[in-house]
Amino acid sequence: MSGDARRLSPVDVVIVGGGWAGSIMAKEMTEAGRSVVMLERGPDRSTAADGAYPASIDELEGNFRYRLFQDLSKNTVTIRNNSQQTALPYRRMAAFLPGEGVGGAGLHWSGVHFRIAPDDLRLRSRVIEKYGRAFIPEGMNLQDYGVTYEELEPFFDKAEKVFGTSGEAYRVNGQVVGRGNVFAPSRSDHFPLPALKDVYTAHIFRKAAEEAGFHPYSLPAANASQQYVNPYGVQMGPCNFCGYCSGYACYMYSKASPNVNILPVLRRHPLFELRSSSHVLKVELDADGRRATGVTYLDADGQECMQPAEIVILAAFQFHNVRLMLLSGIGRPYDPARNEGVVGRNFVYQNVTTSTVWLDRGVETNQFIGAGGGGVAFDDFNSENFDHGPLGFVGGSPVWVNQAGVKPIGAAHVGGPPGTPRWGSAWKAGTIDTYRHSLRIDAHGANMAYRDVYLDLDPTWKDTCGQPLLRMTFDWKDNDIRMNRYVVDRIGDVAKAMDARQVHLVRREFGSPFDTRQYQTTHLGGGAVMGEDPGTSALNRYLQSWDVHNVFVIGANAFPQGTGYNPTGMVAALAYWAAHHIRVTYLAHPGPLAG
Amino acid sequence: MGIGSLRLMPSRRRFMQGLAGVAACGTVPAFGASAATRPPYAPRFFNAPQWDFLIAACARLIPADIHGPGALALDVPRFIDMQMQTPYGHGAGWYLAGPFMQGADNLGYQLPYTPRDLYQRGITGMNAHATTRHGRPFAALAPAVQDDLLRAAEQGSLVFDEVPSAVFFEQLLANVMEGAFSDPIHGGNTGLGGWTMLGFPGARADFMDWVDRYGAHYPLGSVSISGERA
Repeated sequence: MSGDARRLSPVDVVIVGGGWAGSIMAKEMTEAGRSVVMLERGPDRSTAADGAYPASIDELEGNFRYRLFQDLSKNTVTIRNNSQQTALPYRRMAAFLPGEGVGGAGLHWSGVHFRIAPDDLRLRSRVIEKYGRAFIPEGMNLQDYGVTYEELEPFFDKAEKVFGTSGEAYRVNGQVVGRGNVFAPSRSDHFPLPALKDVYTAHIFRKAAEEAGFHPYSLPAANASQQYVNPYGVQMGPCNFCGYCSGYACYMYSKASPNVNILPVLRRHPLFELRSSSHVLKVELDADGRRATGVTYLDADGQECMQPAEIVILAAFQFHNVRLMLLSGIGRPYDPARNEGVVGRNFVYQNVTTSTVWLDRGVETNQFIGAGGGGVAFDDFNSENFDHGPLGFVGGSPVWVNQAGVKPIGAAHVGGPPGTPRWGSAWKAGTIDTYRHSLRIDAHGANMAYRDVYLDLDPTWKDTCGQPLLRMTFDWKDNDIRMNRYVVDRIGDVAKAMDARQVHLVRREFGSPFDTRQYQTTHLGGGAVMGEDPGTSALNRYLQSWDVHNVFVIGANAFPQGTGYNPTGMVAALAYWAAHHIRVTYLAHPGPLAG
Repeated sequence: MGIGSLRLMPSRRRFMQGLAGVAACGTVPAFGASAATRPPYAPRFFNAPQWDFLIAACARLIPADIHGPGALALDVPRFIDMQMQTPYGHGAGWYLAGPFMQGADNLGYQLPYTPRDLYQRGITGMNAHATTRHGRPFAALAPAVQDDLLRAAEQGSLVFDEVPSAVFFEQLLANVMEGAFSDPIHGGNTGLGGWTMLGFPGARADFMDWVDRYGAHYPLGSVSISGERA
């Protein structure tokens, strides 16, 4: 904190970031009678203002001018494939699209709302039990989360009820109840809402997957299939499959967002204050560095402020949380040469490829119809649902048709079948044919953590506040490429069961480095992971810093390795899990929750 | 609109589409003619030789043909000129802090230039190349020669002073696609011609009653944000 920072009145809890994690934590802390200030560096946002129909139904502004996303001109990351390279700035949005503003990426996400596969929570233990320690490839930092599915189940259930999630259960309280995912663990209750209808492409995929011998189910979607009132008393409207989820605020109030599902209640709570356009620079620590005293931030006028607080909760996007820990000196930075230190360790991504199937020209696939979380998946090759022994790789991948609504600029970029030129008359013909008659199938795979894949501070480039950018060192590894290629072959099996005119299977290629120019997914994870060993995790199993006990760090940064599922459901459950332990234990007895 | 009223429409829609299809085959030049009847657009960013280049390049990237209107009938050059007036044209949202150094292609864009800079430098480079090689600026060359030059730029085999030709080409192609298929509120996609060609209903954004009409052609035409109908 510099000398001219304005010192503000102390509060009980300061929260960095106004997305899902921050909103959940703020709700829980105000319920516990604590005063909360939430600092969001982006602008204030609401569905009424940012999702108003029809102005919001604008693909150029939503998906190509990134109206609701992070302003990279102020703050970005640098990226390299290995530690011998010079990392270079991520100057334009492409491979991943972090959000910014009140609601965070939760305002403009798609809505796929998963729990987690129980085996993924203890993947290291499970792999060793099933295949032996030698099965783990050299250099892979495979770890357990330090929490079990049974412990998290009540919080998954709570999050689904807050989000108004649509889906079909397979097993509730040990009893088979429906046609849901046969690989999913037992639930304490049904989904709050029935599954969304299958769009046509999902319907085709469901039939073909069954014919291929797999076990399709409806994707769990935080897009309300019916009118719904959540436990906080806020109302959602039924999804009308408009096709504008990812990149947009939902004008129907059907896609769950912090802005619709939590903030309307929080905003009128007397113990809650939201400060937008407030950019946090640093968590302040006391003299011995064992306790946080608050945070320093730049307010909307550019004035530096110190907000004192008893508890600091970092709830920004995954890599911003890691960067704030590094900038604040919370936890030991990771050293890849020695595989020691924890902040920056186990940075992971998600391993996604998309294949395309063309149907008969008389069949219209109507790809403009869609719901962000809707679709049909099968989990036969996800997590430990299949025998990896003879295959020789760790990790897996759900496979799905998740038609979120393909819009025309996006379709123009996709273009035609392989070999079609990217412009001219042949491009036109190929694009029209593909848009009208094709469907897309994703292998949405896990990405394992590796010793030489990590986050640290860049030595060269800075943000507009003069602080170093975060540096990503990331590349695809053979284990993950082999996994992808195996699963994409199974997509080939499904495509054979369709009445396909043409099939284009897309596999990850060996030796082809991570390409920052192509959109892949915004599901980044790790870097400040949870666990039971302070030598390999920055956070204990309650997402509390091992080193500074009044700092909690909530987000996908806590994942020790990637999973095949979208992260938001897990992040929400972890937020409720951490909040529960803060409420029942920490508030009365501040100190380390695990020892 | 409810399902009841929709029932009457598919056959009428197909009839109209049939007519449009027949007309399109015989009257490709008409797309250009209708563009000519509109008052000419006076570009604010591009100067006259740059504007000539942009019009010629757009006409090659999305030509008018049997599949539907080309980039000129869709007013794509106007869209691009209008985009240059927006924060995007000035590089808003791009991290343009130095130092600048080039790395492997897969690490992405590493130039200090905004979209406006890329057009200025890229068009200068294309025209200089055309003049050196063929004695005339790009716009004055035969379409086949223009196509060859665009392909060479796409493959990065032209050498410009400050901007790799592939970087310029990608900027141009991306903006051409945007101009053909974005809402007309941004100046392109005139008459919703881009959307009609693809079969995209535009800002209707409500498919509650068509989500389980499996495989069936969606019967309603495109609508724009401002309420214009195709």
